[in-house]
Amino acid sequence: MSADDEAAHIRRLLDTEGDSVQGNTRVFNQGRYAAVEDLDDYKGLKDRARELKEDAIERLPELIDELTETVEENGGHVYLASDAEDANRYITDVAEDGGAETLVKSKSMTSEEIDVNDALEAAGVDVYETDLGEFVIQIADEAPSHIVGPAIHKSREEIAELFNHEFDPDEPLETAEELTHFAREYLGERVEEADVGMTGANFLVAESGTLLLVTSEGNARKCAVAPDTHVAVAGVEKILPRFEDLQPFIELIARSSTGQDLTSYMSLLTPPVDSPTIEFGSDEPLAGGADDREFHLVLIDNGRMAMREDPELKETLYCIRCGACANVCANFQHVGGHAFGGETYSGGIGTGWEAGVHGQESAEEFNDLCTGCSRCVNQCPVKIDIPWINEVVRDRINRGEEPSEFEFLVEGLTPDAESGGVPLQKRFFGNFGTVAKLGSATAPVSNWLAELPPSRWAMERVLGIDRRRDLPTFAGETLSEWFLAHEGLAPAEAEREVVLYPDTYTNYVSPERGKAAVRTLEALGVRVLLPDLPESGRAPLSQGMLSTAGEQAHDLYGGVAEHLDAGRDVVAIEPSDLAMFRGEYEKFLPEASYDRLSGASYEVVEYVYGLVANDPEKIEILSDGPGRVAYHSHCQQRTMGLEEYTEALLEELEYDVLTSTVECCGMAGSFGYKEQYYELAMDVGYELEDEFEQPGERDRTVLASGTSCTDQLDALLERKPRHPIEFIAPDPL
Amino acid sequence: MSATDTFEDSLDGLAVGTTRLSPEAFEETVAEAIDEPAIGTPLGIEGLSLDGTSVVTDPTPNQLTEATTGVTGASLGIADYGSVVLPSTPEGAEPVSLFCDLHVVVLDADDIVPDMPTAIGEMATTVGDDRGSAIIATGPSATADMGALVRGAHGPKRVHALIVEQ
Repeated sequence: MSADDEAAHIRRLLDTEGDSVQGNTRVFNQGRYAAVEDLDDYKGLKDRARELKEDAIERLPELIDELTETVEENGGHVYLASDAEDANRYITDVAEDGGAETLVKSKSMTSEEIDVNDALEAAGVDVYETDLGEFVIQIADEAPSHIVGPAIHKSREEIAELFNHEFDPDEPLETAEELTHFAREYLGERVEEADVGMTGANFLVAESGTLLLVTSEGNARKCAVAPDTHVAVAGVEKILPRFEDLQPFIELIARSSTGQDLTSYMSLLTPPVDSPTIEFGSDEPLAGGADDREFHLVLIDNGRMAMREDPELKETLYCIRCGACANVCANFQHVGGHAFGGETYSGGIGTGWEAGVHGQESAEEFNDLCTGCSRCVNQCPVKIDIPWINEVVRDRINRGEEPSEFEFLVEGLTPDAESGGVPLQKRFFGNFGTVAKLGSATAPVSNWLAELPPSRWAMERVLGIDRRRDLPTFAGETLSEWFLAHEGLAPAEAEREVVLYPDTYTNYVSPERGKAAVRTLEALGVRVLLPDLPESGRAPLSQGMLSTAGEQAHDLYGGVAEHLDAGRDVVAIEPSDLAMFRGEYEKFLPEASYDRLSGASYEVVEYVYGLVANDPEKIEILSDGPGRVAYHSHCQQRTMGLEEYTEALLEELEYDVLTSTVECCGMAGSFGYKEQYYELAMDVGYELEDEFEQPGERDRTVLASGTSCTDQLDALLERKPRHPIEFIAPDPL
Repeated sequence: MSATDTFEDSLDGLAVGTTRLSPEAFEETVAEAIDEPAIGTPLGIEGLSLDGTSVVTDPTPNQLTEATTGVTGASLGIADYGSVVLPSTPEGAEPVSLFCDLHVVVLDADDIVPDMPTAIGEMATTVGDDRGSAIIATGPSATADMGALVRGAHGPKRVHALIVEQ
C-alpha cells in the first residue's frame, strides 16, 4: 500500500470505527488496571505463567503425543493438521460423514485463521456464529477487529440497524437488551437444530485431555454439549502439561483481556463429556443420552512448529490471546484491528502471529503501526517482549524489499550497516544522527533551507515527511561544543563522577536541556563528563534496522566501558535511550556488558532525585515553587517505572503537579513525522491537548520528559513545553 | 471473616442472591427461590434431595426448553471470587444449569474453599484425574457485545445460591 493509500485508509477508520474501538478498548483497559490491583501477587502469577509457557513450548512435541494418547484413551479423536487446508479437509469430512446440515460455532480466532467457515459452507454446511460479537460480524460480512471483542468497532446503533435490516422484526430492535435477547432466541433455535458444535480451546491439558473454554455468554457451553458431535480446533501451542498448570491462567486471562476477575464461565471439559446430548422436542428423559457423543480435537500447526524453531518468533507462542497489548496501545485504540491487524490477528502481538501463520506480507500491512513505545510490555500476562518482535519482523520486511529508485539521494546520509532494500523513509529516520550532525554543522543555513517549500515538497515526496509537521531546528552550538568551552569551569573536587550521555536530540537540537543537566549535577556536587559517544541505536532500531542498531550498541558500550571501569554512572536525558541501555541492549551485548551498563544507567531526574534523597539539604540548590505545572511523562519511562521520580521531586519542590493520565502523546519519535501516520499521531495527541487545555489548567507550565513528547506538545499547545530538568535546574551563575 | 461470609460478599458483588439455610429448611427455601416451572438434577450433596419439592427431576428436552428455573448442585464454592463449580453429570446438570432464565445453585457450606489455587487443587482430582468435566461459573451469563452490559446472553439471566449449613 502506498503512503497516500495508507493515510486514506487510516483516515477512513478514524472517522468510522475509531470512536467505538476507543470506547470499548478503554473500558477493557481501565478494567484491567483495576482487576490486577485486586490480586495479591500479580507479579508472581505472571512469572509462573511465563515459566509454564516456556516449559510447555520447549516440550511441545512430547506434549502433543501425550495429549493425543490421552484424548484417544478418553474416547475422542485427534487430528494434527499441518496447515489450514489440511485442517479444513478433516473438519469438512467429519461434518459430511455425520451428514451434518448445520453447525453452531463458538468464537475462536484459530478457526478464523484457517477460514473454516468458508470451507464448511463450500461443503454445504450452514455455519452459525453464536458469540454475539462474532454473530454481528457474520451478518455484516466483516472480519473481526479485535481478538477478544470481534465487533467492538460497531456501535449499538449500527448493530440495531444491521439486525433490523437483516431480520426485519415486528418491532424494530433498539436497546442492547433487545438486541441481546433477539440474538439469544434466534441462535438458541440454531443450537437446537445443529448437528455439530464447534469451539476453540483456550488451553489443553496433556495429562487429562481437558480443555478450558473461557466465555461469558454461555454459548460455548451450548455448542460443546448440546449437539452429538463436538469439534474443537486449537493451535498446538495451547497445550499445558498438567491440570494444576491452568491455575495462573484462569486467574490472569479475564483480568488481562476484559478486566473482569473471571469470565462467567470457565468450562473445564474432558470430552467426550458425560452430559447427555439433547434431542430437542423430545419427551424422553434427558438423562443418560451420551452414548452417541463424538469428539474431535483438531490440533493446528500452520507454521507454529517453525515459529518454535525461530528464536525471535518463538515467544509469540506464549501468547494467551488476551488482547491486553491491543487494549493498551494508543494507536490501536484509535483505529482498531482493521488497520492494526493482518488477515486474522491484530494488535501488538498480531505481528508475531501473522508473520508466523500467514507470512510476512500479512504482517507488513500493519507492522509500522507499532511505534515501539513499550506500553504493552508490562501489560502482557506472559511477559512477551512485543516491541522487539515487531522490530525483528520490521527488519525482515526491510530486507525483503527491492532497493528504491531514489537510493542515491540519501546514500551519503546513510552510513548504516543495512543491506539494500530498506525503504528510504526508514533509512532517513534510522540515520537521524548523521542528518543532525550535518544539519547542525551548517545551521542556520540548513534550518532555513529545510523550511523552504520546495524542500518540504521534496522531503514529502521522497522521504514521506509530512509537510504539516514542524521540523526540528538544529542548534548553532552543540552541547558538546558548549561543554568543551565550559569544562574548565567544572568543580575539580567532586564526590562522584558521571558520564552525561549526549543523545542526538539533546546535542544537536535541544542543547539547553543538556546544559541544565550539567548545571544541576555540578551544583549537586557531581563532576560531569561528556565524552564523544556514538548513537544509542534507538533511531535505527525503531525503523527495524537491527544491524545498524546492534553496531551502534557495541560502539556505545566500547565508548563507556572505560568510564564504567572508573566507577562512573551513566546519566541519560532521553528516556528512549535509557530504555535501550536497560532493555534492548540485552539482545545486542554480551550478558556481562549488558549487566554493567544497565546497572549503572539512570534517567537524569531519577539521578537527581537519588542525590537529593541521600542528602536532603541539597534540595535547596534546585529551583523551587510555588508554581503550577502540567507534566507528561514518556511511554518508555513509564514502562521502566521512572515517572514517579520526576513527580515526587517536583512535589517536594512545592510545585502543584498535574500529571497527564492519557498515557501517550501520539508522537513516538519518527512516527508522527511520517505522512501516512501524521493524522493518527495528531488524533492520539488531541487527548493530551484536551487534558492540558481544560479550563483551569491553562496556566500550568508544561513539562515533558521525552523529546518526541516535547515535539508533539509543541505542535498541540500554544505554551512551549520544557524538560523537567530545565525547570528545576539552578539558575546559571 | 469466615469463608462463607467472604463467599456471600463476593456473590453480592456479582448480583447473585444468596440464602443461607439449615438442611431442615431446604424444601421450603427451594419453593421460595424458584419460579415455576422448575427442573433439576441430583444435587450430589449428602442428605439433600429435590424429591420433596415441586422441581421436576429427570426432565425431558421439552421440559428443559420450557422451564423457567433450573436447580443443580455445586461441588465447590470459591470464596474470593464468588464462583461455584458445577460438575457435568449424565443426568444433565450442565444443560439444566444453563438453559433456564434462573439458575438456583445448591451448595454445602463445608465445600466453600478460600481461593482459586485450592479449588484447582481439588479439581485436579475430580476433573483431571477422574477425567470429568465441570464449569467454574461466576455470576449470570453476560455480554457487552451489543453496546452495553446485558445479563442473560445465552445462559441464565439470574443466579441464586442456596448455602446449606449442616
